[in-house]
Amino acid sequence: MELSDGAARILSALLESRTGQQLSVSRRWRIETALQSLMRERKLPSLDHLTAYLASGREPGLADAVVEALLNNETFFYRDRPAFELLLGPALSRLREKREGEKLLRIWSAGCSTGQEAYSLAMHFAEQKLRWQGWTIELIGTDVSRSAIEKARTGLYTQFEVQRGLAVMQMIRCFEECPGATWRISPDLQRAVNFQVHSLVEPPPHPGRFDIILCRNVLLYFPADMRRRVFDRLAQASHEDSILMLGAGETVIGQTSHFISDSENRGLYIRAPRPQAMRAAS
Amino acid sequence: MKTCLVVDDSKVIRKVARHILETLDFTVEEAEDGREALSRCEVNMPDVVLLDWNMPVMGGMEFLRTLRQGDHENQPKVVFCTTENDAAHIRAAIDAGADEYVMKPFDRETLESKLQIVGVA
Repeated sequence: MELSDGAARILSALLESRTGQQLSVSRRWRIETALQSLMRERKLPSLDHLTAYLASGREPGLADAVVEALLNNETFFYRDRPAFELLLGPALSRLREKREGEKLLRIWSAGCSTGQEAYSLAMHFAEQKLRWQGWTIELIGTDVSRSAIEKARTGLYTQFEVQRGLAVMQMIRCFEECPGATWRISPDLQRAVNFQVHSLVEPPPHPGRFDIILCRNVLLYFPADMRRRVFDRLAQASHEDSILMLGAGETVIGQTSHFISDSENRGLYIRAPRPQAMRAAS
Repeated sequence: MKTCLVVDDSKVIRKVARHILETLDFTVEEAEDGREALSRCEVNMPDVVLLDWNMPVMGGMEFLRTLRQGDHENQPKVVFCTTENDAAHIRAAIDAGADEYVMKPFDRETLESKLQIVGVA
């Protein structure tokens, strides 16, 4: 099925107005697949029919459903394992030294999709209980997709999803086998993460500042000006010594002046030092 | 380049696994059952074995137990790859000496992460 320019424009404008994300040409190939079940349910033979039906306003919830279907919710546990090892190894140790006084770490998985990365962190802290005794670890996972957040909150994953990225013994320890080839995360881990619907273009979620921010494989969907705005939001949400983790194919170079590469942990990012005058003023 | 021995009686699964493994820079060898796999290991011990559970002639568990009784200096990592997808089978495999476990169906990301976890990718 061919995507007409008219349909592409309508779907693109809808997605951008709701999420800030762009339906770039490289992303158009999956539109039909993504919207197929919505079209089938409504007996609409083409994307043009779908967009016309959408424009008619006869079904108020359809725009939300289309946006949900267009969002890419691909994620898995410990995605890009070497990068996670860096974050949870040397980078976290450095941060731990700096926060030894308050013994509080706030972590934000921004654009967390169905929650696997946020739960990966929860599992890490649960497995190092003794090391983190006396600490408060606040984990927040946010995503613009309501259905993704609802799934994350259930902590229920298919057999296919649960093993993606996860060591089998960790899976056995942290998940309970349920009927229908599904696995449920343990209640302790489920409680450890606070999931919220949130758009990255909005001000950061409460409490507003985080020690570690994961924003992975999301920024690539934003147009350049929106990406800059999101980086502004991430800077607003971070302390001067916070750590930012992006997706494997993402970088701050040429995108923002707020963050620079972490020379001690290549692949992670830290806040760029601010000029003296600005520091004094703030 | 590391070597992976894919042991599965399904030609399709061997083909899919080979395709993924070759994109991960593995040299791939194949065996249709446990006995053939043991013969291959005698000639050339792989770095990792991707092992099905139910196979004719010799199944995955018998292969694994026999393998683990052998030369301890030169043991490959063993990743079960099977449709036996419940916790009891997983525990039995780990107890018998498996290093990891992949539940079919799987994709590239799953296999790559399991190979990273056992330290061969």
